[in-house]
Amino acid sequence: MAAQRTRQPTRRWRQVVRTPLGAGASLLMALVLLLALVAPMLWTDQADAVDTGNILAGPSAEHWAGTDNLGRDILFRSLVAARLSVGLALTATAIAIVLGLLLGTAPMLLGRRLGRLVTASVDIAVAFPGLLLALFFAVIFGVGARGAVLAIGIAGAPSFARLVHTLVAGVAARDYVAAARAAGVGRVRVLLRHVLPNISEPLIVNATIGAGGALLSFAGLSFLGLGVQAPQYDWGRLLFDGIGALYVNPAAALAPGLTVLLAGLAFNLFGESVAKGLGVATLGHLPERRSAGPATSGPPTIRAEEPVVAGDDEAPVLDVRDLWVSFPGADGPVQPVRGVSFAVRRGEAVGVVGESGSGKSLTALAVSRLIEEPGRVEAARLQLLGADLRTGSERAQRQLLGTSLAMVFQDPMTSFNPTRRMGGQLAEVARQHQGMTRRDAFGRAVDRLAAVRIPEARRRAGQYPHEFSGGMRQRAMIGMGLMGSPALIIADEPTTALDVTVQQQVLDLLQAIREADDVALVLISHDVTVVGEVCDRVLVMYAGRIVEDLAAADLATGAAHPYTRALVAAVPDMETDLEQPLAVVPGRPVAPGEVPAGCAYAARCPLADDRCRAEDPQLASFETPDHRVACWHAGEPIPVDGPREPAPVDPVELVEVDAP
Amino acid sequence: MTTANSAVASTPATPTSGPQAGPGGRLSSALTHHWVRFAVRRLARLLVSVWVLVTASFLMIHLIPGDPVRGAMGPTAPAELVAARREALGLDDPLWVQYWDYLRGLATGDLGTSLISQLPVADVVAQRLPATVSLAALAFLAAVTVAVPLGVTMGVLTRRGRGRRTELAFTTSSVVLATVPDFLLGVGLVYVFGVQLGWLPVAGNVGPEAYLLPVLSLAVGPAAILARIIRVEMVTVLEADYVRTARAKRLPAPRVYLGHALPNALTAALTLGGLILGAMVASTVLVENVFAWPGLGSTIVSSILNKDYPVVQAIVLVYGVGVLLVNTTVDVVLALLDPRSMIRED
Ligand code: SF4
Repeated sequence: MAAQRTRQPTRRWRQVVRTPLGAGASLLMALVLLLALVAPMLWTDQADAVDTGNILAGPSAEHWAGTDNLGRDILFRSLVAARLSVGLALTATAIAIVLGLLLGTAPMLLGRRLGRLVTASVDIAVAFPGLLLALFFAVIFGVGARGAVLAIGIAGAPSFARLVHTLVAGVAARDYVAAARAAGVGRVRVLLRHVLPNISEPLIVNATIGAGGALLSFAGLSFLGLGVQAPQYDWGRLLFDGIGALYVNPAAALAPGLTVLLAGLAFNLFGESVAKGLGVATLGHLPERRSAGPATSGPPTIRAEEPVVAGDDEAPVLDVRDLWVSFPGADGPVQPVRGVSFAVRRGEAVGVVGESGSGKSLTALAVSRLIEEPGRVEAARLQLLGADLRTGSERAQRQLLGTSLAMVFQDPMTSFNPTRRMGGQLAEVARQHQGMTRRDAFGRAVDRLAAVRIPEARRRAGQYPHEFSGGMRQRAMIGMGLMGSPALIIADEPTTALDVTVQQQVLDLLQAIREADDVALVLISHDVTVVGEVCDRVLVMYAGRIVEDLAAADLATGAAHPYTRALVAAVPDMETDLEQPLAVVPGRPVAPGEVPAGCAYAARCPLADDRCRAEDPQLASFETPDHRVACWHAGEPIPVDGPREPAPVDPVELVEVDAP
Repeated sequence: MTTANSAVASTPATPTSGPQAGPGGRLSSALTHHWVRFAVRRLARLLVSVWVLVTASFLMIHLIPGDPVRGAMGPTAPAELVAARREALGLDDPLWVQYWDYLRGLATGDLGTSLISQLPVADVVAQRLPATVSLAALAFLAAVTVAVPLGVTMGVLTRRGRGRRTELAFTTSSVVLATVPDFLLGVGLVYVFGVQLGWLPVAGNVGPEAYLLPVLSLAVGPAAILARIIRVEMVTVLEADYVRTARAKRLPAPRVYLGHALPNALTAALTLGGLILGAMVASTVLVENVFAWPGLGSTIVSSILNKDYPVVQAIVLVYGVGVLLVNTTVDVVLALLDPRSMIRED
């Protein structure tokens, strides 16, 4: 949107015409306007020529669409009627716009009280269909073309007024308008100089669509006999005359009918395609919101298996080897996760840290089989409790994942369905996977809510998500995971969206569950402190890879990878001056589509040398078998005043390490 | 009007029987509180709208330039007769007296007397109303039954930028269908099925099959728009976090789409859908005239042309109330589907 706004206006309009739909609509539109202009000059005589010997004739070589009850040529009449039809529609639209502008800007000009009254009246009027309003005003202004123009114009005013009101309110909130107001510029001047020019585009687009509507409404009124009266004729009037003779000469009704349809379509499609091209919302239509592109990616190449930490004899709860995630991008597939291998033992808590874009969340989604098309997941091994998640029937997988794996997402405010009660949302799991009755499942839901320390669980279960606080919702989300008997909880930034005061509660709850039921935990976080506090082991991710795998206890002093050390160093401690901005890891993370050859961290690394930039270091054991690092200079001292790489480019991209 | 009131008045009781009411899920007082406020607010808005409507229909006859009675009876009618009729209609009383009489008449079901046929307007309306209501109701039903499954299916098929071609075909055809005005579609249907094929009756309410073409004419456009809105909403909703949660609960796809995505998509679609369905009430006027349907729509047009103002007044009022009824119903359904919609207005 912002990019569109900065483009040249003419170029943006030209781009509208360049789409097939836009070009077709523009052509049709030009044709209709041309017809309205020239048809009466060219063909009025033929259209009015009476031929009493040839009345109500069907189509012939002489009269392509036959003749009417006075023997006049239908086709020529349909063409000549273009001017009156289009003219009346445009006049009515102009009336609607002027009235709409007056009513829509009234709240800004008239001040609070009166403005509110106007807005309320408009709101009431908008609820009534335009046709009903048009009929009402047609009665007052009388039958005929003049009455119909006024009626359709006034009937169209309320919806325009509402549009203008919305647009004006949007612009009026912007800084430059506020600045102009503060500088003492008068309301009318602000409106004319600052507000109206900024809303002209959507207004014009909607006026075009409105003109199409007016054209069809007018045809409707004339068709009812309430609009244009003989001897004048517009398309609706021709239709009115033609329908009586439908059995004798169908073309008498179909010709004007099709013409008005095409004309209406021209206005509508033109307006819609301009709206789409300019990104303008239209009356009654929603702008499209879209995400990723179509699936075109091929499978990524599978790498050789990497050594995984040798666990004890017990099978790991989760075993992942060489996991790749790819999405189709503009220039071929993008791979945000590039060969990740790790295992989680029963009851173990593993933290995954990294900046945004490091692939840590996608790793979690991929492991839990929640990546949707067009995303692709490939792995040499992906096992939950020994069961292969890459194969197997969907039913069996749903059963396994639904009962043994619990997910906790970042934003508890949006992760519950707002239209359903909390109890029902939890109970659904038990009904689905444990075949419980509605009553039993609800009972279990209440029990689980109580288990995650939600007071008055029974009453709370009957409430909707918006009645829960953020912390409570996150606890309920954990409770939802406990509906089954999970062996693993994957929590993706579970505390990031929460108040500092409730963050600890949620972490404590996760800890308690882990201890009570020997549940394994994968905690994904950008916050090294949180991970260090809760987890046994930490995986540090950078650019879609694990760059270090170490015991949480070693974080502070034993980290070997320069990136891990930078993350740890950025954590504020007792001596940190809290008045200063939080420390960050200098430099910018690598975007998934632009991973360089050699070590991905080289551009930001104080230890980087030529080898780093040429050869990609693999994850390998460092000093002890449980400590894995991917770095050519693992553990080497970092020069204090050494040649730092270029200063941070874009501070927004940097990860801030929060205080605990 | 009484039905409209009772529809709203009954809302505070509905949540207990709502679809998601779990066993023992006692309502929180906060929610009840919201329902009461919602009902009061909605009722107030309905009453104001009805008052505006009644007043507008009353004023209509007074806003007409010239003497409406003279206009109705024609320039040749004797002056005494016109005066007598004016007297009978009370048009010579002070405006507020007439207003009061009008309101009192409405309250007792007296809608006045036709200037042309001298019949009570209430009788005319009562005789004509059923044909229109049944037509409109069937058309609503048809539009919604087609639009919801179509919109949902299209939303699922075109989510996350899939099915570009399907999307283009669907969007284009729905835009075109939505542009065809109902009465033109009606004329086309009459031509194809009546004139060319001779399969279906094209005029009057002569049996169940006579409903087919008028209902089709009325329903196609709104169905196309509704389906389009629902598709866009589905595509948006399918990206929502709570849909991911539903998938994380490993529900089967139909449950995710219908149980979790659809109610949310509908709440957004209904906000516009109310206007579209309301507009269908007025659209019956045109369609009835295409098919010579013996409803209010044919009557209002002939009455406007005959300047039979009391009849026009009454029918405008009936249509207006019909629209308000539809709007109110939609709001209540909305509140049932998504309790936040009540609070958002606070
Ligand atoms: S391999 Fe080289 S560039 Fe990469 S982290 Fe290690 S020292 Fe830095």
